[in-house]
Amino acid sequence: MAGFVEFAGAGFRLPDGRPLLADLSLSVAEGETLALIGRSGSGKTTALKLVNALLLPTEGRVQVDGKATSAWDPIRLRRRTGWVIQDVGLFPHLTVRRNVGVVPELEGWPEARVAARVDELLALVGLPAAGFADRYPHQLSGGQRQRVGVARALAVDPPLVLLDEPFGALDPITRRELQREFRALQARLRKTAVFVTHDLREAALVADRLALLDGGRLLATGTAAELSASARPEVRDFLEAGAA
Amino acid sequence: MTEEILSETSWHLVLVGVSTLIAVAIGVPLGVLAVRRSGLRRMVLGTAGILQTIPSLALFGFLLPVPVIGGIGTRTALVALTLYGLLPVVRNTVTGIEGVDPAVREAGRGMGMTDRELLFRVELPLAASVILAGVRTATVIGIGVATIAAAIGAGGLGVFIFRGLAMVDSRTILAGALPAAALAIAADTALGALERRLVPPR
Repeated sequence: MAGFVEFAGAGFRLPDGRPLLADLSLSVAEGETLALIGRSGSGKTTALKLVNALLLPTEGRVQVDGKATSAWDPIRLRRRTGWVIQDVGLFPHLTVRRNVGVVPELEGWPEARVAARVDELLALVGLPAAGFADRYPHQLSGGQRQRVGVARALAVDPPLVLLDEPFGALDPITRRELQREFRALQARLRKTAVFVTHDLREAALVADRLALLDGGRLLATGTAAELSASARPEVRDFLEAGAA
Repeated sequence: MTEEILSETSWHLVLVGVSTLIAVAIGVPLGVLAVRRSGLRRMVLGTAGILQTIPSLALFGFLLPVPVIGGIGTRTALVALTLYGLLPVVRNTVTGIEGVDPAVREAGRGMGMTDRELLFRVELPLAASVILAGVRTATVIGIGVATIAAAIGAGGLGVFIFRGLAMVDSRTILAGALPAAALAIAADTALGALERRLVPPR
C-alpha cells in the first residue's frame, strides 16, 4: 500500500545545478509521524517543502494522497496541509484569533464558524480564547506563539501536517513541554505528520519513525531504537554527536 | 487680502491633495509590479528618479506645449505635481514590501495564499507604514512645488509669491510663503502621527 506521502527518487537542484536533495525514496503512512533528522544543510527542510509544493522536485516525484505534487493545484494542496514553522511564522499584524483563522477565512467559512473553530483550537492547545484571542504575537511568550502556530496549522482539520523545527527557538523546558503536548495531541488526532528537527531526542520522542538525512541523501530510516542499533559509521557519527 | 489668502490656501491644498492621491493610485500598483518583476523595477525606479531631478519650474515649462495633459491651468499643474509625487511613493512601496520578513511571506505561501491574498493580507498591511512615509514625503514636496503652479496660471499660494516678486514686496511674498510653510509642517506632523500608528507591532 502506498503511503499518504510518498517520495519516489525525489531530488531537488538549485537553478545553478547544486543539489540540495538527491534520490530520496521514502513513504509516510497515513496517521504516522515521521521525523526528518539531520544537521543543517542535510536537505531536510528541502524535503519538507517538496511535500506542500513550495518546491517541486527536479528529479523523481513526490506524491501526496496518491497524486504527484506537480499535478496538485498548489493552493489546494497547501490549504489542506498544516504548516508549522519556527516562531516567525505568525503574522505580526494580526491578533491570535485572526492568525488562527487565516486559512478558514481564505476558504470562505462564515464568520461565526471561524470564531467557533478558533475557540475550539485555542482550547485544544491550552490557550483559552478569553485570555489570548485578542493578543498580538509579540504579546506572547515563545512557547505560546508556537502553540498558536500549531493551532493555526490544524485550523481546517487537514489530514497532513508539516512541521519545520517547530520548537527550535524555545528554551529547553518549554521545548520538552511542547514535545509532550504534541505527542498527546497526535495520539488523539492521528494526523499524518512530517516533523523536521536536528534534535535526535526530540525526534525519538515525537515520531513513530525517523529518517536520517546527510548532505542531501537518506542515510537510514527506522525507529529510534533501530537507528541506535545501527552499526553504520555515518549513522553512529550522527547519533554520538546528538547524544553529546 | 485675508479672504484671498484663505481661498488660495484651500485651493493649494486641493492641488496637492488631488495630485498626491493620483500619485498613490499610480505609484503603489507600480511599486507592487516593480517588486514582482525585477526587469521592471529598475526601469520604474529609474524613470521616477529622473522625473524628480527635473527642476520644478522647468517641468511646468516643459508640460506647457504638450497636448492633452499640458497647456495653461490646473490640469498641467496636477500632472506635474503627480509626477513629483511618484518617486517617493513608488520607492517606498518597493522598500516596504521588500522589507517584509521572508519567513512571514513563506508562512503565508505555505498556508496556501495566492499571490493576491499574500499581497493584500500580508505584504501591504506590513508595508503600510513605510508606504505612508513615502506619501508624507510626496505631500510635503508637493506643497512646496505647488507654489510654482501659479506661474502657469493654476493658482494656489504661489500667486502671492509671484505677485510679491513682481512688485518687489516682501510682505506679499510672505503672504504666500508663510501659509505654504505652515501647511507643510501641519501635513508632515499629521501624516507622521498616522504613520506611527500603522507601524506593525513587534
